[in-house]
Amino acid sequence: MVDPANTVGIPVNPTPLLKDELDIVIPTIRNLDFLEMWRPFLQPYHLIIVQDGDPTKKIHVPEGYDYELYNRNDINRILGPKASCISFKDSACRCFGYMVSKKKYIFTIDDDCFVAKDPSGKAVNALEQHIKNLLCPSTPLFFNTLYDPYREGADFVRGYPFSLREGVTTAVSHGLWLNIPDYDAPTQLVKPKERNTRYVDAVMTIPKGTLFPMCGMNLAFDRDLIGPAMYFGLMGDGQPIGRYDDMWAGWCIKVICDHLGLGVKTGLPYIYHSKASNPFVNLKKEYKGIFWQEEIIPFFQNAKLSKEATTVQQCYIELSKMVKEKLSSLDPYFDKLADAMVTWIEAWDELNPPAAAAANSKA
Amino acid sequence: MSSDEINKNEVDIVIGALNADLTPFLNTWKPFFSGFHLIIVKDPDLKEELNIPQGFDVDIYSKIDMEKTLGSSDSAMFSGYSCRYFGYLVSKKKYIVSIDDDCVPAKDPRGFLVDAVSQHVNNLERPATPLFFNTLYDPYREGADFVRGYPFSLRSGVPCAASCGLWLNLADLDAPTQALKAEQRNTSYVDAVMTVPLKAMLPISGINISFNRELIGPALVPALRIAGEGRVRWETLEDVWCGMCLKHISDHLGYGVKTGLPYVWRNERGDAVESLRKKWEGMKLMEKSVPFFESLKLPESAVTVGDCVVELAKAVKEQLGSDDPAFTQAADAMVKWVQLWSSVNSSG
Repeated sequence: MVDPANTVGIPVNPTPLLKDELDIVIPTIRNLDFLEMWRPFLQPYHLIIVQDGDPTKKIHVPEGYDYELYNRNDINRILGPKASCISFKDSACRCFGYMVSKKKYIFTIDDDCFVAKDPSGKAVNALEQHIKNLLCPSTPLFFNTLYDPYREGADFVRGYPFSLREGVTTAVSHGLWLNIPDYDAPTQLVKPKERNTRYVDAVMTIPKGTLFPMCGMNLAFDRDLIGPAMYFGLMGDGQPIGRYDDMWAGWCIKVICDHLGLGVKTGLPYIYHSKASNPFVNLKKEYKGIFWQEEIIPFFQNAKLSKEATTVQQCYIELSKMVKEKLSSLDPYFDKLADAMVTWIEAWDELNPPAAAAANSKA
Repeated sequence: MSSDEINKNEVDIVIGALNADLTPFLNTWKPFFSGFHLIIVKDPDLKEELNIPQGFDVDIYSKIDMEKTLGSSDSAMFSGYSCRYFGYLVSKKKYIVSIDDDCVPAKDPRGFLVDAVSQHVNNLERPATPLFFNTLYDPYREGADFVRGYPFSLRSGVPCAASCGLWLNLADLDAPTQALKAEQRNTSYVDAVMTVPLKAMLPISGINISFNRELIGPALVPALRIAGEGRVRWETLEDVWCGMCLKHISDHLGYGVKTGLPYVWRNERGDAVESLRKKWEGMKLMEKSVPFFESLKLPESAVTVGDCVVELAKAVKEQLGSDDPAFTQAADAMVKWVQLWSSVNSSG
């Protein structure tokens, strides 16, 4: 069994890295009590709260946090008709937070995720680890058997080509979860008591050409480099599918990162995931996804972006065309999704005009 | 996992003897080698008699055996670190585990000695998952599983061809790196086994390795020799080249290669700075190898491991032969190796 860390008494981080360059995006429909525990590590940072569900409900943000909060009314007001691309009654709505942020980096975390302990019992500053992951290169072109070669105490192994040792820029840092693992509904039903107690002390780059299931519970990325591709799709209310928002984004960003020569890392940091959602509810949401992913995966594995697609937006629009062309026959949902992907990019570009983006990236 | 749970009769432990006195090495490994059949292959250039302690079920092979098998007095193919390949050739078992003689059992974070042999065999017996990355690493491990979003059609995995272990203390770094970081020791015990994804290339180290001989045996090729190759790992690339071939062939045939646990504890030997003095050919050869393997496509018609090795050798000769004679020699050695493998193993 594992427990979360007790962070009482830990002082607020006096030297928070990238304090003014990072936003923390949190989707919530319940409350933000979990932020009490995260104070030492997250309080110095600006929060973007995306309130899902009933907009009249008042979400209390713990004292001391600097934040902006958007409910459904705000989303509709800001995006107008384009708000149709933002999911309702699903944590996929969090991607609205990515769109309105003006920062270079995003850290997103679920409201049932607490601070984990490392094997020595020390509280894990997940955000700090994500930042380290993002600030140092990735190595997608050749696998290093000692994992992250830039880490203290590690290096490239014998035989690793010297020409590849500078690595590429890291766009995404995907963290993991102790306690309740991110299982799908069938696995949850078969293993309701299984808890992840294994702390694997490694960060590694996912090789180019390899897809992975990206979980949005504990995730950080460089918004300038990959933000427009972090659309979490059409899920929840009025949609035939749920719990595939982050998966969809993960497949899109990986194809685009591979195309643009950016890196995606996975591994540390761990957070402590406290809540197991209802597996029967999950099964209803995921059901179609379980069948659809059998087609979707080969689609992404074979997706080839053109040489002319040199920006994330261009890549994403190309991808949306391919989705329309190749996946609509699977279900009309994908036709809608392809349109929503375009709407998302239009909304992104409206809220993030190029001049502002250039200014951001210089910061 | 205790060694009682694996079938010891399916395993050969192959040790390349580059140094004569194997007593300390074998005695340290006794708890984990006990009950297994050992094949010890003596480096043909080693003049002294091997010193092997009592209490092991062992067959020893030396230059004479190599010459008999090769039908010639030229045993250069098996010289130095490559001597162990002779053991792979003559073994009759399903699984091979091979560990360098400067390694001893490591301790896990709880202080228990790691049974590297059992861990390797368990890795080989459980499927690999090269077609999609599982973020919780080995999904078949106790306490783990496939994560949400992992396609169900890919959850039975593919056969595992090789299991590459790691090293605590002296990691397998190259000479320039180790010379620069003379005091650096690997103290990080990463508690995971994972499959290296399809098409991803990696440097496979021969220091702590195991493989399914029945599945992939001939793909472990003793082929690439660098000029001035020495008797310390800093002065060789034979295993790295072998690994590039092995991975490519595994990918082509639909098998998997795992990396991670088990760890062994690797001791000091040699001097990284000394090794630096030798003109480091290996670096240049690796640089040329990478784009070659990246773009290489074996023909659909290559359906056996032997076929794959022959096709690979052909491509090496055609595309890399003019870059460096070492590649031509490697290609020739690979073809010779496949012929040798068929003739020695023609009955099974």
